[in-house]
Amino acid sequence: MTETVLRTGAEKRRFTLDMRALSPFIALIVLMIAGALVNPDFLTASNLLNVVTRSAFIAIIAVGATFVIASGGLDLSVGSMAALTAGIMILTLNHLGGSDMGTLALGMLAAIGLSAACGLANGLIVTFGRIEPFIVTLGTMGIYRSLVIWLAAGGTITMRNFELRELYRPVYFGSILGVPVPIIAFLLVAAIGALILYRTAFGRHVIALGSNEDVARYSGVPIWRVRTLTYIIQGICVGIAVLVYVPRLGSATPTTGLLWELQAITAVVIGGTALKGGVGRVWGTVVGAVILEIVANIMVLSNFVSEFLVGAVQGAIIIVAMLVQRSVHRGR
Amino acid sequence: MKATAWKIAIAAGLMAGVATGAIAQQKNVTIGVSIPAATHGWTGGAVYHAQETAKELEKAHPGLKVIVKTSPDGASQANALDDLTAQKIDALVVLPFNSDELTNPVREVKKKGVLITVIDRGLKDPTIQDIYVAGDNPGFGRIAGKYFADTLKQGNIVVLRGIPTVLDDERVTNFEKAIEGSGVKIIDKQYANWNRDDAFKVMQDFLSKHPKIDAVWAADDDMALGVLEAIRQAKREDIKFVVGGAGMKEMVKRVMDGDKMIPVNVTYPPALVATAMHVTAASFYTNAPMRGTFVLNAQLITKDNAKDHYFPNSPF
Repeated sequence: MTETVLRTGAEKRRFTLDMRALSPFIALIVLMIAGALVNPDFLTASNLLNVVTRSAFIAIIAVGATFVIASGGLDLSVGSMAALTAGIMILTLNHLGGSDMGTLALGMLAAIGLSAACGLANGLIVTFGRIEPFIVTLGTMGIYRSLVIWLAAGGTITMRNFELRELYRPVYFGSILGVPVPIIAFLLVAAIGALILYRTAFGRHVIALGSNEDVARYSGVPIWRVRTLTYIIQGICVGIAVLVYVPRLGSATPTTGLLWELQAITAVVIGGTALKGGVGRVWGTVVGAVILEIVANIMVLSNFVSEFLVGAVQGAIIIVAMLVQRSVHRGR
Repeated sequence: MKATAWKIAIAAGLMAGVATGAIAQQKNVTIGVSIPAATHGWTGGAVYHAQETAKELEKAHPGLKVIVKTSPDGASQANALDDLTAQKIDALVVLPFNSDELTNPVREVKKKGVLITVIDRGLKDPTIQDIYVAGDNPGFGRIAGKYFADTLKQGNIVVLRGIPTVLDDERVTNFEKAIEGSGVKIIDKQYANWNRDDAFKVMQDFLSKHPKIDAVWAADDDMALGVLEAIRQAKREDIKFVVGGAGMKEMVKRVMDGDKMIPVNVTYPPALVATAMHVTAASFYTNAPMRGTFVLNAQLITKDNAKDHYFPNSPF
């Protein structure tokens, strides 16, 4: 008897969990239907591919943010970090001057190295300085942003070598078996992220740290190392996003990545990760990023929203989508 | 006789002095220049031109000292004005961050008997300024609009707007007025924040939404670059040309090289800072009257005059 009771209990729990994880997908479907009603062009393959491709930067960055937020941290510096990394990467490419794969590989290495170092800096200051991550990353946000403005002298950092640009261009505009490269990139990043978060001891430590730091410490979780690592992962994700971003316009300006941090955090929260930590949903995050981009897309495709009101309608749609999502799992 | 010879020699010396500017040695003047720090392309250009002009003017008028200060926001600009006043300036050239915050600080400087030159964004109280130098935003829209009406004559265009501001509004309403009555029709317009990435996205969506677009008014060179990349990706042949604006050097170069997609550009030169500095210096070193309002025309840059607007060393 007791055995059956236990089993139904477990089954029930698993079922509710599934609904929670599914709800961002349900919000996505609702939005897709809304989009199709607004403008039939919405559902064309080219439009949908454009939108999903565009969401790649935020999606990749948000996968990293999922780790940071799930562990109870926050990183506001990702937008500035992306701009700085893009700037340094382009300057490196210009400095090397070649137009071959080797040059490109070195530039990419510089980008990933720098962004990982930026993440490490954030992590070390948060852990060893024992300062609120909000303050630390607000500070580094200003630092990284100013550095890129200084490097660009307020202007634009542009890839000078035309041949190299053409060589690199397919990383944003190309596709493999009909799927644009950025989409493949963010699916890969999400898959690896999900693997780390759900299937490794480190992933479980991240969640433990986010739910209750004291309990995690008493259970022997290496708090400092885990926390610093989440910021490094965030940094590497920013680096990967930059690798996909640079070939699009081949330049970095002081406005590159402006407000990306807010979009990344929004994507993470829409995806079902708790802002207070303790829960992390990588696939939900990716869907959250796509949802944000779809909402913007629907606004431009619609004929009845004045350009002055786009922001208001966009905000309302995001709130309604979240309400739909909540009512779905409250109903279960 | 000897005295007359001396007088002649002195007079000759003075004449030569006028020619080389050596006469200015008798006149020590300090001009303070307060402008926003380089936070985007246009202000980057403004800072570049301010620094270049400071060097030029100091060379042309010995005894003249030009102090250039850049500030990242309105509050620090007010502090910068205090610092400049402390250095006993005779004239202030100021490009205010915004009208509201800086009207009073500039009035305080004025009370010390300093000549005030205001650039671009006016103050709340125009009686403070002695000299006012501004770009022409309505003209910026009008000239672009006229080009569309004259060149395209007939067709559907899309418009990308900047950041919702008075300035953006003046440009767009005058653009609309200029194409009124012609066969050119705006089928869509959307804000893209003077940002390359936003312009890229908006243009991608415009291209999905409208099967035929004849031309694009991007109203800004950063936005024009994003638009061009979106068009290239979509491999669309229907768009005849894209018009940006503000005279970014890369875009002026393309006009100069005769790029079919970028036939013209409209100026809104960051070098208007340089104009203001020259006018201010001239009011000390010449007898020509300088006080008043100077509005720099928005100019159409075409293949023929592009080289006059091309500054390869400027960051913008």
